[in-house]
Amino acid sequence: MAKVKMSKKATAVDMTAMCDVAFLLLTFFILTATAKQPEVVPVETPASTVQVKLPDTDLAVITIADSGKVYFGVKAPNVREKTLQLIGEKYSIQFTPEETKRFGLMEEFGVPVNQLKGLIALSSSDRNAEGLQKGIPHDSLNDQLTEWVKAARNANAEVNEKQLNFAIKGDAKEQFPEIKKVIDLLQKQQVNKFNLVTGLRGE
Amino acid sequence: MAQLDTGGGKADKGGKVRSKKQNSNVDLTAMVDLAFLLITFFMLTTSLSKPQSMDLAMPDKDEKIENEILISENRTMNLVLGGDNKLKMYMGQLDKPLEGPKDLTYSKESLRKEVLEKVKSVPMATRTTKKPEGEPLIILIKASKKSTYKNLVDVLDEIAIGKVQVYAIVDIVPQELELLGE
Repeated sequence: MAKVKMSKKATAVDMTAMCDVAFLLLTFFILTATAKQPEVVPVETPASTVQVKLPDTDLAVITIADSGKVYFGVKAPNVREKTLQLIGEKYSIQFTPEETKRFGLMEEFGVPVNQLKGLIALSSSDRNAEGLQKGIPHDSLNDQLTEWVKAARNANAEVNEKQLNFAIKGDAKEQFPEIKKVIDLLQKQQVNKFNLVTGLRGE
Repeated sequence: MAQLDTGGGKADKGGKVRSKKQNSNVDLTAMVDLAFLLITFFMLTTSLSKPQSMDLAMPDKDEKIENEILISENRTMNLVLGGDNKLKMYMGQLDKPLEGPKDLTYSKESLRKEVLEKVKSVPMATRTTKKPEGEPLIILIKASKKSTYKNLVDVLDEIAIGKVQVYAIVDIVPQELELLGE
């Protein structure tokens, strides 16, 4: 019998530990993360040094971007559905339960009330197409934003029995009068406290 | 060894030396590749950090003001925000300012230094025997039509850094627009 040769060691790295680590990290990221919601408009928030985080509950976000276009969104889906129902009553538009449910999944929107049905019918990817949503009218002739704010406050009071907070998410390049307009509009309804959404700055 | 050793080499019984058996190994390289690909995907699609929020309380907007509160002019610092990132500051009233008006920039060296200085100097100047700690500084923010939201947030941020308790966003008056040249 021939000599039994020592099998040659492969010059490779043991991948087992690396694999373990990779999957551990993967599990961590899947469990801790919340999916990023697609934004209707890209907003570049100004930076600030404040450390306070935006609250998660009882919050409505008013986005101002793209030279004065206003978008509105309520955080909690059940409050969102109730808001739509109240708006439907106000403008005498009937929304089907299916439409209400689909609206509950919409993070943010910015169309006049009469185009709302059409927007709800679109798929979520079509909805965020650039230039589709032209903002909610909020001038003195046709002040739908006020109605939305009113409806959202009533809806939150009814569903959660709490005060609704308002966050203003303005684009850094937005002109001050546009922001002022929205602040004035909220103040008319005795909302005097806002959260201004900002990004993080180094120091 | 890029493989998982499943111990296939020790399988022979009876001590007979057979031809060398191939280990039934699993190559993990592809699996690691996949895992890292997924990690990258999840890291990029998720928002781990929640956005910050800055509290802003505005005074109640009552149409009829019953008693106007007059504030001492040596306590008020006026910040006038204009277009093109212009920023003017003066103390007291515009027709007879106690200091300024002077140009500032939104930088750490300019605006922050000014605010921090005034936070210290105003209580010193307003000290009386009744109130040995003095009166705190009041900042009035006057934003013109051409100023941007970023300018406003920058000023509010400096106010937060300087821990100024009393501040207000007020309407700009024509004289101040003139000062800005708008």
